[in-house]
Amino acid sequence: MLTKTQLFSKGFLAVAPHMFSVIPFGIICGAIGIELGFDPVLVYAMSIIIFGGASQIVFLQLLSGGASALIAITSVGVINSRHLLYGAVLSEYLEKLSFIKKLLISYIVVDQGFAESNKFFMKNKTEQYLHYHLIGSGVTLWIFWQLSTLAGIVLGSFVPEELGLKFAIPLTFIAIVVQDFKKLDHVIVMITCGLSSLLFFDAPFKSYIIISPIIALFVAALVLRLKK
Amino acid sequence: MTWLTIIIAGIITYFTRMTMVALVDRDLLGESVKAVLAYVPSAVFPAIIFPGIFINDYGTFIEMNDPKIFGAIVAILVGYFSRNVIATILSGLFSYWIIIFLL
Repeated sequence: MLTKTQLFSKGFLAVAPHMFSVIPFGIICGAIGIELGFDPVLVYAMSIIIFGGASQIVFLQLLSGGASALIAITSVGVINSRHLLYGAVLSEYLEKLSFIKKLLISYIVVDQGFAESNKFFMKNKTEQYLHYHLIGSGVTLWIFWQLSTLAGIVLGSFVPEELGLKFAIPLTFIAIVVQDFKKLDHVIVMITCGLSSLLFFDAPFKSYIIISPIIALFVAALVLRLKK
Repeated sequence: MTWLTIIIAGIITYFTRMTMVALVDRDLLGESVKAVLAYVPSAVFPAIIFPGIFINDYGTFIEMNDPKIFGAIVAILVGYFSRNVIATILSGLFSYWIIIFLL
């Protein structure tokens, strides 16, 4: 049995490599807010109140482009709706926690933390304090997100745009899914999702981000049926 | 006004994170749904990966000789064999930079 501290550090170590994409993305996110002319306090507050990179950028771009509050809110909701899927997966491992703890831990569930902690959970189902891994990964991502958006707000986009550091985002997620390339069923699901995301890229409210996973999960259900 | 908009967006985002963990009883999900949930990472992340590679900042498709495609292929190969996240990200970035800066 691992102690709470050991699990927390494992969570930290699991997401630490992803800082190569989280930090530049945070800087870009903070700098964009200032470039678009928003109040620095407001731009930073979003990192605490919303705490979701892509949705924060879209939100500011929509508002500065003259979109209504309703459209901006809807877009954030649609982009972040993928967390419902993460929650459904994680609920298996968080079932025994008290209601209050569930409410608190939910706040720090983000893409990379979910991905890495879920990988750990699948291999270590019997650990008693499993959720400390998720706390370790989530808190780490939270702290670095705060610091990097703050850096972007204060220093502006000091990372040269020519470097194309936004490309680190797809790379981070390639690192997360690449080991499943061995499994044909997973590859089918990934290709379905990827092609759907390109097909529906222009759908309103950035809804490709949830439409394509839903299509891919239907295909996953079909694949499961065929495997039986 | 903008503050109120942010707070509402934040509350909605929090609900997307919290609903399935704290409000929905897991027993409501059938066995087949639980089996499908094992595919969530593979079903979600390509929706971030594909547009990040194949669609540029202006929302149009890139050319087939775009350096990002080369970078992504290098990252996939390095990631698959090294099983190392840092190596995956950096190999992709460096191979992309080599093409845009040196060639």
